[in-house]
Amino acid sequence: MSIESSVDIITEWDIVAARQLGRNEAKEVGFGTVDQARITTAISELARNIYLYAGKGKITIERIADGAMKGIVIIAADQGPGIPDLRKVMEDGYTTSGGLGAGMPGVKRLMDDFKVDTEVGVGTTITATKWLR
Amino acid sequence: MNVTLASYIRENLNPILESWKQFMEEEEEGKFFQIMSDDMIDSTAHELGELMIFSLTENNQEFARKVEEFSVKMARHGWSISFVMKALTNFTEAIYHHMGQTGFLNDNNSGNYIRLINNWLTPLNHSIVEAYSKTWERTVQLQKMALQELSASLIPVFDKISVMPLVGTIDTERAKLIMENLLQGVVKHRSEVVLLDITGVPVVDTMVAHHIIQAADAVRLVGAKCMLVGIRPEIAQTIVALGINLNDFTTTSTLQRGMEQALAITNRQIVEVEEQ
Repeated sequence: MSIESSVDIITEWDIVAARQLGRNEAKEVGFGTVDQARITTAISELARNIYLYAGKGKITIERIADGAMKGIVIIAADQGPGIPDLRKVMEDGYTTSGGLGAGMPGVKRLMDDFKVDTEVGVGTTITATKWLR
Repeated sequence: MNVTLASYIRENLNPILESWKQFMEEEEEGKFFQIMSDDMIDSTAHELGELMIFSLTENNQEFARKVEEFSVKMARHGWSISFVMKALTNFTEAIYHHMGQTGFLNDNNSGNYIRLINNWLTPLNHSIVEAYSKTWERTVQLQKMALQELSASLIPVFDKISVMPLVGTIDTERAKLIMENLLQGVVKHRSEVVLLDITGVPVVDTMVAHHIIQAADAVRLVGAKCMLVGIRPEIAQTIVALGINLNDFTTTSTLQRGMEQALAITNRQIVEVEEQ
């Protein structure tokens, strides 16, 4: 069973729309304030990466259930340039845009599961899951 | 031909509007009309009808003014652009429908009239939609300005101590504004300590943190000290998870505690006065 909704990321304000959607979904699934903040921050990072590096893409929020476990999946998909060196990107402090370089490894720590599918010149899809405990 | 058409529509305006209303009610089960009172539908429909006749008979300048008036009214009522488009399409539809019924259109003249009506309605629809979207653009622009006005002012609280309360989402544009106001204010008020209050910032991600760190560095360069206050527990946890290093900052959970520390830094304290 899954319910999903999505936001297209084209302008900077779409990032706000995406995390608003994420916060509402997280609230409805039953996450507490700390996890809500984690999920919205993760969405914010992923959406900003789309905006900065790919130009446009899509954030999809999916509610999932596995037996008694409930959770939320964030899927950030774009047809951007792809990530040439994924290992480097997952290192703390590595940045190509002059930022802090904490986004990708940060999202991995904020969420429970984290998966990156990327191909140079084709695009990137990042799937991040948070389970309700 | 123009005049014939105008007088035909003027004479038959009521039945045309009736069938227009019917078309609109069929549209998505009358969803559009539920939000409006009957009086309002009637008066607006008449206004639209008159506007259309007007465009056939009057000069362009006068017409442009009318279109603008009408679209401003629509925008003020908060009608969606899709509703307006539907209304316009259905109005055309209703005119053809009525003309077919009364026999005004026949095989001989239909070609000419269809061309005439198209030439008349297409630019009309365009100008209504254009005027409408202009009104919306203006609204968005004004809201953007309003948002900028309420963002980021530096408030001198005590001698040498200033506070900048941050409320709402911080995007690149606002971050720039924050930095400018912060530096100007620090110099102007001769602040030694600045408290950046992020109680009202919903999400602190790496970009927001980056801007805050940069602002604090700049404040240090002009000779003041920047403190980060109003860090809610959930924000503290996400900052740690993101691995953002705020070790160079003095941080506190509330503005009140930050203020106490700021007073301590400037060698002062709040003392209760004993009643005499």
